[in-house]
Amino acid sequence: MVDAETLVLARAQFGLNIAFHILFPSLTIALAWFLVYFRAMYARTQEAAWLYTYKFWTKVFALTFTMGVVTGIVMSFQFGTNWPGFMTTVGNVAGPLLAYEVLTAFFMEATFLGVMLFGMGRVPAWMHMTATVLVATGTTLSAFWILALNSWMHTPAGYDVVEGVIIARDWLAVIFNPSFPYRFTHMMIASGLTASFVVAGLSAWRLLKAPQDSSARRTLRFGMLVAAVLAPSQIFVGDSHGLNTLERQPAKIAAMEALWTTQTRAPLVLFAVPNELTRKNDFAIELPGFASFILKHDFDAPVKGIDAFEPDRPPVVPLFWCFRIMVGLGVAMLTLAWFGLWMTRAQRPVPRWLLWVFAGFTFSGWIATLSGWMVTEIGRQPWLVYGVLRTADAAGPISGAELGASLTGYALTYGIMFIAYMVVLTHLSAKGDAHAATIAQSRT
Amino acid sequence: MSIDLPVVFSILMGMAILAYVVLDGYDLGVGMLMPAATSEEQSVMVASIGPFWDANETWLVLGVGLLLVAFPSAHGVILGALYLPVVAMLIGLMLRGVAFELRLKAEGWHAELWNVLFWFGSFLASLAQGFMLGRYITGFESGLGYFLFCLLVGGSVCGGYVLLGATWLVARSEGELQRKALSWARWGLLWVALGIGLVSLATPLASETVRAKWFDFPGTLVLMVLPLTTTIAWFWIWRSTGRLQRAQRRSEWAPFTGAVAIFALAFLGLAYSVFPFIVIDKITIWQAAAHPSSLKFVLIGTLIVLPFIVGYTVVSYRIFRGKARAGLYG
Repeated sequence: MVDAETLVLARAQFGLNIAFHILFPSLTIALAWFLVYFRAMYARTQEAAWLYTYKFWTKVFALTFTMGVVTGIVMSFQFGTNWPGFMTTVGNVAGPLLAYEVLTAFFMEATFLGVMLFGMGRVPAWMHMTATVLVATGTTLSAFWILALNSWMHTPAGYDVVEGVIIARDWLAVIFNPSFPYRFTHMMIASGLTASFVVAGLSAWRLLKAPQDSSARRTLRFGMLVAAVLAPSQIFVGDSHGLNTLERQPAKIAAMEALWTTQTRAPLVLFAVPNELTRKNDFAIELPGFASFILKHDFDAPVKGIDAFEPDRPPVVPLFWCFRIMVGLGVAMLTLAWFGLWMTRAQRPVPRWLLWVFAGFTFSGWIATLSGWMVTEIGRQPWLVYGVLRTADAAGPISGAELGASLTGYALTYGIMFIAYMVVLTHLSAKGDAHAATIAQSRT
Repeated sequence: MSIDLPVVFSILMGMAILAYVVLDGYDLGVGMLMPAATSEEQSVMVASIGPFWDANETWLVLGVGLLLVAFPSAHGVILGALYLPVVAMLIGLMLRGVAFELRLKAEGWHAELWNVLFWFGSFLASLAQGFMLGRYITGFESGLGYFLFCLLVGGSVCGGYVLLGATWLVARSEGELQRKALSWARWGLLWVALGIGLVSLATPLASETVRAKWFDFPGTLVLMVLPLTTTIAWFWIWRSTGRLQRAQRRSEWAPFTGAVAIFALAFLGLAYSVFPFIVIDKITIWQAAAHPSSLKFVLIGTLIVLPFIVGYTVVSYRIFRGKARAGLYG
């Protein structure tokens, strides 16, 4: 057990790193598959416009992927440095899952990314296509392993406890633990939505600068289309994931819904300011019975409140708000995608104000994804591995001073990286295809 | 089954770390040499490492991953003791990774800024790695003397990476840049001599066990093969760079091969000193090993996947063989 200040610093530092890191994979997982599509369209049509599209988004991908790789290397060190108790207690499960991620995913994506970026003029077309597919496969495999581990931390399964240490008994049960299928699908679709809004948003930004750019018009519509299909599926998958959480981690659901007391005809809290001191909701606007209906599909069913889980329960305020931000953004993204498709039906030009709206929504997927991760991760507290290991018991011997110094260093570095990333991304999209075109010409 | 899993994993981890040091070593070295080149030469230098650096760094993740998987308790001890240099290394690696991407996409003074950060990140990461090596072999002792020693080892590792980077450029470039690379390689070589000398003196002084191992006649005579071959490799690089400088016929890959040999031999020597400890004189690999069920599960995966990794890495190096050219985004 370490002192409270060190624990807070260790959590703050790890939280900063993992939150910054997740931005980039959540974009590249799906963007890699978009690239496969762009590459295949070019292979089929041999149109220069598709080649430009592919090359432009390859640049965005390469930059984002690099951000993900370098911040990911930090993660590989921090599992052990910030949470040594995690490694000594559950290292026998966590270690192999991470090792499989490195072996099956990291090398493949990194190596074939080189071929994908620099090999177009050097290898036959089929080999370049294969490299693009393998990069996408690698990013998805990487998500598979890390989400298997994360899901296991929420719903541990397939293990034995021997002398206080967790040993895997059945690896298939460990990997395909009860929350894994839901979490994996939820995250893959979240990545699809994030990437489609980035594609649509940056294309809109390009069209504001250069309205005649036909390639950007095409990718804007592509982004809308993908989002319009994925957003409703996400509502369905998210609901199933929620029901799975209700079964496995009911305290998380109670905090998300700000249900302080166990009750029948539990209300759906539309708006409130949850108050941790009085354990009540101030300024609440509620729909009686609707939480029971959503969670149990019966208006009169009893739902457990926070009081049923004291003292092992997560904080209500961040869960309540983050959950609403995620759902609110999801609904907004759905509406916007459908509205955008309807406005651009039959080759209609997009009004400028709508382009501005899409440009504004470029990174909406990031905010929604981060909020979702806050809900699920804070919702697991005070556990690091649900029911097995407490977060406080996993912190390590690193002193508060060392943590504070390194936290400052990381925060500064991430600040620089983030600003640079944003500047280059907007700069690239403002320049758009003209740049890709000159490069293509200079090569031939 | 009577395989000694901790020994197997020590070998695997050692191979991953050596692969990392050699592979990322040359691209870190190229990064550190950036300020010594003109901007056209810089483009060629960056082009020569472009398709590879990402995968090269993955070996670091594999190395630390294997440490975590196979020796979880040592992972905590080692990385806990090396906490701040690890942070410095990670910040360095992040800066250079991002700078690599951004210097290609930025314009004007921005591009120049990323150039500087690419150099600085490469240097910081290399220095921190050498510093960590210094701390590791002195058993994480603290004090001013140890600190200065670690800084010296840090400098030598930078020199070693410069040697790898310069000899890599000798093979991958031509003309004026190649001539420059040849003289950089010779400077790196001097640092390497200092570094290996320092580490070879320090390890037996710092640890009784290491001393006993190396000065145990007649075994010492056999062990002398290591420093002897290292010396031969050293002179081989010195001679081959000299011949290339005088434009005499010599394989352009000879200096790089020699540099890799030096790193491999130094690594072997170090491994012999430390084995079977994972933390010198404190924790052995058997004490630190994870549960056999986990080790077996990972070993099976490694044995299946590793040949593929080696295979497509070779393919990638074959695709991008030959002299590097500027302007690589096509």
